[in-house]
Amino acid sequence: MSLRLTARGLSVGHPGQPVLRDVELDVAPGEVLTVLGPSGCGKSTLLRALAGLLRPTDGELLAGGRPLTGPGADRTLVFQEDGLLPWRSVRRNVELPLAIAGLKRTERHAPVTDWLGRVGLDDHGDRLPRELSGGQRQRVQLARALVGAPQAVLMDEPFGALDPQTRATMQQLLLAVWEKERCTVVFVTHDVDEALLLGDRVAVLSGGTLAALHQVPEPRDPAADRSALRALLLTQYT
Amino acid sequence: MSARRRLLRAAALLAFLGLWQALTAYKVEAWVRFDHLPTVLQVADALRTQLGTAVYWQDLAESLRRICTGFALAAVLGVTAGVLTARSRTAADLVGPVLELIRPIPAIALVPVAIMLFPENEQGIVFITCAAAFFPVTVATRHAVRAVPPRWEEAVRTMGGGTGRVLFGVVLPGALPGVVGGLSVGLGVSWICVISAEMVSGQYGVGYRTWSAYTVLDYPGVFVGMVTIGLLGWATSGAVELLGRRLTRWLPTAPAGVRG
Repeated sequence: MSLRLTARGLSVGHPGQPVLRDVELDVAPGEVLTVLGPSGCGKSTLLRALAGLLRPTDGELLAGGRPLTGPGADRTLVFQEDGLLPWRSVRRNVELPLAIAGLKRTERHAPVTDWLGRVGLDDHGDRLPRELSGGQRQRVQLARALVGAPQAVLMDEPFGALDPQTRATMQQLLLAVWEKERCTVVFVTHDVDEALLLGDRVAVLSGGTLAALHQVPEPRDPAADRSALRALLLTQYT
Repeated sequence: MSARRRLLRAAALLAFLGLWQALTAYKVEAWVRFDHLPTVLQVADALRTQLGTAVYWQDLAESLRRICTGFALAAVLGVTAGVLTARSRTAADLVGPVLELIRPIPAIALVPVAIMLFPENEQGIVFITCAAAFFPVTVATRHAVRAVPPRWEEAVRTMGGGTGRVLFGVVLPGALPGVVGGLSVGLGVSWICVISAEMVSGQYGVGYRTWSAYTVLDYPGVFVGMVTIGLLGWATSGAVELLGRRLTRWLPTAPAGVRG
C-alpha cells in the first residue's frame, strides 16, 4: 500500500514571511522523491508539513486525494538524529507504532523481531539508544518507521550525521528495504549524490520555492550514468 | 563507591564529631561560646536513653507521616501544575499569575492561614509541608517539560499517537530527570517546614519535641532532635535520589568524578 502526496500552491510559515512559497508537488504512490537543497531552503518545513505537523498558511496538502488534517500513522517520519525515545530499549522503540495501533504484546513480538533482523540489529533489542552508534540508531529509526507498514515514509536527512562509510552502508540497506516495501518516500538531503542514488525524481528547493524537478534516468541502477543530471543539479543547488 | 571514598567520608564525619567534642568538652570561648553546648557524648547518652522510649518513636512516626503525606500531595499537584502550565497557554494564563504571587511567600508564613483554614492542627501542618514542596516541584517540572525535545513528541504523533500517549509516553518520562531534581529540592524545603510547623503548632513530632526540650533547658534533648531531623532528612532525600537514578538510567552517564 502506498499513498499519493500532493501539494497545491503550498505556503508554510508566518503570513508575509513564508518559509515555503507556492510549492506544487505530486508524489505518485510508491515513488521515491528526493528533495535537495542547502540548509534553510525549507526542505525540513516541507517534510513536516507533509507529516501534518505544520499547517499550511496557504494552498493545500492532500494525502491519497483527501485533505491532510494532521499527523497520522500512514505517514511516519525519520529524523536526522535523536528521534528515538532514549528511555525505551531498541525493541521497545521499534514496537511503539504497533503499541499505539493497539496491538497486544504477543502480537508485536514477531514483526519487531523481523524488522530488527532486517536492519541487522538482532542482538541489540535490549540495548538503550545511548548504547548504540549513530549508524545503529538510524537503523532503529528505520525499523521503527517501517514496522507499522506505513503508506508513506518521510525522511529528514536521516544519514546527515553519519560518516561517509556508514552512510553508504545505510543507503544500500535502504535500497534493499525499499525493494520489498514500495511505500511512497520523500527523502530530504543536502547531498547531490545521495539524491541521485535514491530517488525516482529529484526536487530542488531554493529559498523556499521549488526551483526544479528532474526525472532520474534509470533510477537506483548503480551502473547508470547520471553525470549530466549531476552537473545540472550542482548548478541549481544554491 | 570505592573503599577510599568510604574511608574519606567516614573520616570527615569523625573529624567533625571530634571537633565538636573538643570545643564543647573544653568549653572554648572565643567570641562564639561553646560552654553551654552539650558535648557529643552527652548527646549520644541522651539519644541512647530516648531510643528506648515510646515517645521518641511516636514523634518520629508522626513527623514521617506528615512529611510523606504533604510531600506526596505536593509531588502530584506540583507535577500536574508544572505540566499544565508548560503545555497549555490557557492554563499558564489562568494559573500562572496566582502561583507567581503566592510563590515568594515562605511556606512557614502560611501558619496563620493554616490555623484559620483547617479544623485540626494536623491538617494544617500537612498543608504547610505540601505548600513548601509544591513550588520547587512545579517550577522544576515546568522547565523540564519545556526542555523536552519536540522531536520525541513529533515522532510519536506521526506514529498516530494522541494527546494521552504524548503526555504519558513522551512528556512525563522525558521531563523526569528535571522533575526528580525538583522533588529533591522540594523534599528539603518540606523538612524545614514540617519541623518549623511542628515547633509552632504541633502536639507530637520531632520538631515539637525539639522545641519543648529547649523550653525546659534540656540542651542534649534539643540536639537529639536536631540529629534526628538530620538523619531523617538524609535518609528521605537519599531515597528520592535513589528512586530518581533508577528511573532515569537512560540518561547519558556523567563523566567519572562528577558522579554522586
